[in-house]
Amino acid sequence: MRLVLTGNYAAAYAAKAAKVEVVSAYPITPQTQVVEKLSEFIERGEMNARYIRVESEHSAMAACIGAAMAGARVFTATSAHGLIYMSEMLWWAAGARLPIVMGVITRAMAPPWSIWSDHCDLLSLRDIGWIIYFCENAQEVFDTIIQAYKVAENEEVLLPAMVGWDAFQTSHTAEPVDVLSPDEVSKYLPPRRPLPYVIDFERPFTHGSLCYPDRYMEFRYLMDLSMSKAKKAIVEADEEYGDLFGRKYGGVLEKYLCEDAEIAVVTMGVLSGDARYAVDILRKEGYKVGLVRLRVVRPFPSSELKKELKSKKLVCVIDRNISIGRGGILGTEIKALLKNSSANVVNVVAGIGGRDVSYEDIVNIVKRSLDLVEKGEVPEYMWYSIDKEYVVKAVGEYYEPPAL
Amino acid sequence: MESKIKFDLITPISYPGEGSAGATGSWRVFKPIIDREKCRKCLLCWLYCPEAAIRVSEENYPEIIYEYCKGCGICANECPVKAISMVEE
Amino acid sequence: MSHPLFKVIPKEEYFLPGTPACPGCPAALGLRLLLKALGPKTVIVIPACCSSIIQGAYPRSAIKVPLINIAFAASAATASGIAEALELKGIGDANVVVWAGDGGTADIGLQGLSGAAERGHNIIYVCYDNEAYMNTGIQRSGATPYMAWTTTTPTGKREIKKDIPLIVAMHRVPYVATAALAYPQDYVMKLRKAAAKKGFKYIHLLAPCPPGWRFDSSKTIEISRLAVETGTWVLYEIEDGKFRLTGPSKGLIDKSKRKPVAEYLRTQGRFSHLSDEDMAKIQKIVDENWEWIKRWLEG
Repeated sequence: MRLVLTGNYAAAYAAKAAKVEVVSAYPITPQTQVVEKLSEFIERGEMNARYIRVESEHSAMAACIGAAMAGARVFTATSAHGLIYMSEMLWWAAGARLPIVMGVITRAMAPPWSIWSDHCDLLSLRDIGWIIYFCENAQEVFDTIIQAYKVAENEEVLLPAMVGWDAFQTSHTAEPVDVLSPDEVSKYLPPRRPLPYVIDFERPFTHGSLCYPDRYMEFRYLMDLSMSKAKKAIVEADEEYGDLFGRKYGGVLEKYLCEDAEIAVVTMGVLSGDARYAVDILRKEGYKVGLVRLRVVRPFPSSELKKELKSKKLVCVIDRNISIGRGGILGTEIKALLKNSSANVVNVVAGIGGRDVSYEDIVNIVKRSLDLVEKGEVPEYMWYSIDKEYVVKAVGEYYEPPAL
Repeated sequence: MESKIKFDLITPISYPGEGSAGATGSWRVFKPIIDREKCRKCLLCWLYCPEAAIRVSEENYPEIIYEYCKGCGICANECPVKAISMVEE
Repeated sequence: MSHPLFKVIPKEEYFLPGTPACPGCPAALGLRLLLKALGPKTVIVIPACCSSIIQGAYPRSAIKVPLINIAFAASAATASGIAEALELKGIGDANVVVWAGDGGTADIGLQGLSGAAERGHNIIYVCYDNEAYMNTGIQRSGATPYMAWTTTTPTGKREIKKDIPLIVAMHRVPYVATAALAYPQDYVMKLRKAAAKKGFKYIHLLAPCPPGWRFDSSKTIEISRLAVETGTWVLYEIEDGKFRLTGPSKGLIDKSKRKPVAEYLRTQGRFSHLSDEDMAKIQKIVDENWEWIKRWLEG
């Protein structure tokens, strides 16, 4: 069935198609249509599910944890402040190894209030044991949420999964989406098995009590181990989905015109569409450039990225996030991967707080990065499109970190 | 197919059993002694024992489980006929 | 051989001895009696509190029913999720119980408690109130009473105790009750009444704590009894909106029937610094509370 859907509605249709049994969520812009649509589905009896209309995101994730411990397949969605407010419970969900799937509509953190996209909210939670997907468009949101259940519930994985997409540009932009029915999806995604454990009155157990240093560390090791196994599960889940339904996304990375490329642009999320168009323009101008779009941040596709990027002349990582005092998060990780290779990594922080990054900006970023590489003047990282006059007015000077 | 994964070992699952903190009777400074002559089998001591360290015999006499009794003294304090005395270990 | 007591309080133990609880621990006794009252088809949700320790450390557990530990503020919401999912899966007859301390109830968990109460999930929320953060070392909570010493109120708390049962009652839930360990039958009957009702039920159990309140471990029950006899702690229930005194509190409306509050306060080291004026002020707080109760009962 083909419908014109926003990214948010696509997410709701995906949760319905995945036969989610419990939804627990708290409203936040720009997530609201996800949960509004799910409320409609549940109230109209189109989903055999409960909707817990909690009083906060902290409680949203707590209720997801409770429901998942009682055996239900659960879904929630949030954004920015909601995500950070629930972050304590996100640690709990991961440590409890519950296959919860959550939509994260990335939005900049306040102050000042902003409702527009950047990825600082989501990426600040990259180290806690959640699988992290990031989508480019509404169709991918739909497909990835279903794939995320397949991966999260894989007995070798059993970790929760976040599926990210950009505020407004993806969440509120309507596009044609091929929507699968719950029956179609059931061929791909069987009902959740009671793994790793479900509350059982016949066989009572205690979960999560005080654990001494003689055992705690193994639980973290096992999470790390399962996360590394998740990579294979992600690729297989994408392949199987593609075989059944005709769409796949390259597993952990999507590559565009990379084979002969000397220059690789690395992006994530909605900017990738503009980046693809920028690649086309640059190709026409004679630049041998390709695009690598990260579809998964955790598990980090280290070997795949390294293989793809190590022999490039320029790797231009556009980060829609900033680790204050360090640089772009993806750029920092990719630089660490490529430190013993000949590739020059230019890390550009752009699009923070929803600032537009057009295909022209990306063309500009690539050309300027190439200049810096040729001059041997590559800085640790750079900010793109900073109003230097404003900075000087504010603090009397402008020098570090450099702004392109 | 049986999985090779032990799901209760990849997660912090504990199963119930006595002595979760070991033989807590070793904490005791004063030991409760029940005088069966005086005991009227009201079982208030059993009822009020915070440790579940008093069992009830076939004849409904309370019996201290010394392996676990921490010697808090509630049983002696609450016994309406003063049938329980606290004796230094 | 059967004993008349077993008809009310089952012999079967779901709280197994040899726990890490302090000697004379009211939370241990409260949980032990709760499990007896509700039986094996009960799942307990425990936020950070003394019972995080009392249950025993990994990989052992003193608790013979399913027990889920959860973050401090999260118990009521977690129980909401469990209750909804169990109902959806056709296991709606299980008791979903939160067992939380006063910090996890009156302070950090209040928002979650209020949310769950307002939504009306089928949960029994029990707060065992030892009137401070005992597990972290006796710090003041919203439930610490006026002038009580704690490690963060070294000269006594200047504010009065937050009244959680009434806050919950204002959510118009079907059942709210208070309880005291000295009256286990009253406590157990209230738990059973709560289990028989559908919706959000709340029971607030006073939990005199030997190390935290500074008294000998043998006196837990005696002090619980004094709390009730002096009228400092009132046993009541609010069933479908109807307020009713229970147990010995029924006979204490007349002030002359109540022991002086000082008799309760003097048993505890946490009140040892109190002046006669402080004692008089606390007596006044207690008496005023009873005036409220009188007015409610008169309608």
